[in-house]
Amino acid sequence: MKQRFNVATAIAYRQTTILLKNPSLFLPPMLFPLLNFTAFAGGLSRLRHVPGFDFHGGYTAFQFVFVLLQSAAFGGVFTGFGIARDFERGFARRLLVSSPKRGGIVFGYALAALIRWIMIAVVLTCVALAVGMKIGGDGVDIFGMYALAVLMNQIGVLWACGVAMRFRTVQAGPLMQTPVFMALFLAPVYVPLHLLRGWIHAVARVNPLTFLLESGRGFIEGSPTQVAMAFGIGLALVACFAIWAFDGLHRAEAAGG
Amino acid sequence: MRVIATQVALIAQRSIIRTFRQPGVWIPPLLFPVMLMAVNSNGLKAATHLPGFPTKSFLDFFLPFSFMQGALFASAIAGTDLARDIDTGFLNRLALTPVRGSALLLGQIGGAVGLGSLQAVVYLGVGLAAGVHIDAGVGGAFLILVLAVLIAVGFGTLGLWLGLRTGSGEGVQAQFPLLFFTLFISSMNLPRNLIEVRWFRDIATLNPVSYFIEALRSLVIEGWNAEALLLGFGLVFGLIAVAMTLAARQLKVRMART
Repeated sequence: MKQRFNVATAIAYRQTTILLKNPSLFLPPMLFPLLNFTAFAGGLSRLRHVPGFDFHGGYTAFQFVFVLLQSAAFGGVFTGFGIARDFERGFARRLLVSSPKRGGIVFGYALAALIRWIMIAVVLTCVALAVGMKIGGDGVDIFGMYALAVLMNQIGVLWACGVAMRFRTVQAGPLMQTPVFMALFLAPVYVPLHLLRGWIHAVARVNPLTFLLESGRGFIEGSPTQVAMAFGIGLALVACFAIWAFDGLHRAEAAGG
Repeated sequence: MRVIATQVALIAQRSIIRTFRQPGVWIPPLLFPVMLMAVNSNGLKAATHLPGFPTKSFLDFFLPFSFMQGALFASAIAGTDLARDIDTGFLNRLALTPVRGSALLLGQIGGAVGLGSLQAVVYLGVGLAAGVHIDAGVGGAFLILVLAVLIAVGFGTLGLWLGLRTGSGEGVQAQFPLLFFTLFISSMNLPRNLIEVRWFRDIATLNPVSYFIEALRSLVIEGWNAEALLLGFGLVFGLIAVAMTLAARQLKVRMART
């Protein structure tokens, strides 16, 4: 257990150091959610006047939850790029040879993704509060919202980790991010679910990420909704993608890194 | 003049072949905007219920976004390719030949123009197949393609400048979010008069990208709007001129260094 912990913390420390020393790796993932937040919360706030728009926390808070979850998922996906880069440069091969407990490798990357996202979340939250975002929920609600985002972050990194360990090249980048991007945008991004029409409503209704998003919005509004369902789905997805990631690790081991 | 034309043609041919030989370079710029168009045109359909919204179809309204997104990809491709030429020493070797700087810039933009043209045709084709109605008719559709390619040239030239300035593909990619920001903070999602947040509306009004979008959009939902078209075409020629001047200056600096 201790060996696994040591491997995980060493990898997380290395990944975080690389990130902080390379602004070109650190800034784009930081800017992306901020740009989305500016565009959606600033440019689309008139949508709260659409008949039937019943979210009472203001459009800034409505969009903040989406951007927070998006930043969490992409914080994980961008960590997947780092894993693929480690394989391309041969570092992962040395890591596989030298790690006493290889399971710690996946935990290390997951921890690195979490640290990376926390930095983004702090900036994003400060910007949202600075532009006057209203928070209707209490401390427990807000904790619940961030807990959902942590689950989202782990879903993102475990998915990307599984892909990176199977393909072991940065060229698999589109495969890591496109499904996540599509899954996020096939949820009710701009208006509540009941205002969507046509095929996108049908897809959003069965999209698991819709539950996380709607629940997160309930938390920030101060009227929690579908909490058990959202956490259940989130934990189930983490478990599924953990199996996917560890299976990827076994394949990388079999391939010799 | 004939010599320069030959030089441009040779470098452009290389640029186009290089772009289309890498599926990872040209497939995402074709697919990604189409996917976003499909998702956003449905997700934002509720906006058409806002009083004063200019059309009943959000797909008609949103179509120009694809052209703009494609132009930004063109910028990244042109800049990254040129940065790679600097990185691999190709530009150094080229500096030893009689190739003129203007021919190099015009030729390097070839790949972005080729891809921009293909993108424009694909986006328009997908839009028409999905039910977009071009109010300005066949002539308007042709003008949309022309303007879309010009916008791709403008952003592609800007990419060249970034490539020459940074000298690294990673440097160009790092600027990409900033270029994207110009698109996000424009009238891409709502008409300017319906943007509620004042600072956002003011920046969108100052942002030339709003006028590119509005020129394209006017042909789809309004017909022939001379003011929107003059602003759109005028600003895109301005962008090409400014970006070309910046790139030419930077090329001189880069050549002097080598």
